[in-house]
Amino acid sequence: MLAVSFSFGIEQAVWVVASIICLLGAVGVVALRNPVHNALSLVATLFGVAVIFIAQGAYFLAAIQVMVYAGAIVVLFLFVIMLLGVDRTEEDIAEQNWWRRPLAGLVGAGLLGGVLIAVLLASNAKTVTGKPSTSGALDPSDDIGTIGRVLFTRYIWAFEITAVLLTVAVIGAVVLARKQTRGPIDLAEFPLDEPEAEEVAL
Amino acid sequence: MNQQPTLILGALIFAIGAVGLLVRRNPLVMFMCVELMLNAVNLTFVSFSRSLNDVGGQVVVFFVLVVAAAEVVVGLAIILSIMRRRPNATADDLTMLKG
Repeated sequence: MLAVSFSFGIEQAVWVVASIICLLGAVGVVALRNPVHNALSLVATLFGVAVIFIAQGAYFLAAIQVMVYAGAIVVLFLFVIMLLGVDRTEEDIAEQNWWRRPLAGLVGAGLLGGVLIAVLLASNAKTVTGKPSTSGALDPSDDIGTIGRVLFTRYIWAFEITAVLLTVAVIGAVVLARKQTRGPIDLAEFPLDEPEAEEVAL
Repeated sequence: MNQQPTLILGALIFAIGAVGLLVRRNPLVMFMCVELMLNAVNLTFVSFSRSLNDVGGQVVVFFVLVVAAAEVVVGLAIILSIMRRRPNATADDLTMLKG
């Protein structure tokens, strides 16, 4: 399936470097113990994905990727990490559930296999669902113009819903994160140990 | 350029994010793994958009970005209010809604 006709040019070199950065960052997000390091690894992956977007001719999306993801979302993550002061290492989970890591690895391997089969089979076909799309063709010389025209004609309803979604998210975040007047949780009502919970409730 | 390496890369990042979501217990890191999976899907969308010569894939990525931003804002607010009432909680401790 994997046609390795590798004429190694500058495009391939850029792709290889970006994908290595992507994969190392992804592994870092999962494997590192400090949440700040996780967030910085996430930045590496997001930048790598942005570089691959540029290599694919999606210039507008690459810019949006850097501005929204690396600029806003990761900063939000870091802000919450600093606000909560959770830059501690979480305890090793293997001591509580030994089966969790092998099971996660199994699920991940199965997921990888399924996604690979679906994606590689679809990449050989000319159409994925059998019907040609009506969104229009790509135009690498006028990337933003093409996306904008489609966005404000064919997808205008989805675009307006997006505005509502963002408004709801902002209002929800303000309501959720405002200062609570109540004190910390009542441990007699919600004890940390499971067995005593029902007796207290009764 | 052949699209298959990019599709494989997307599948790999998706699987790594899924494993991280299952393995890690810190809610913040679990959210980062969700972002990883969303990015892998974006990569696949852009790759198919290129190979099928269709701008629809790029528009979908735009919407995924917006939804991801909204999701992170609400999710971090929830995590913030949980951590305020129960400091150092992990995802396994949050069982108050269990029936």
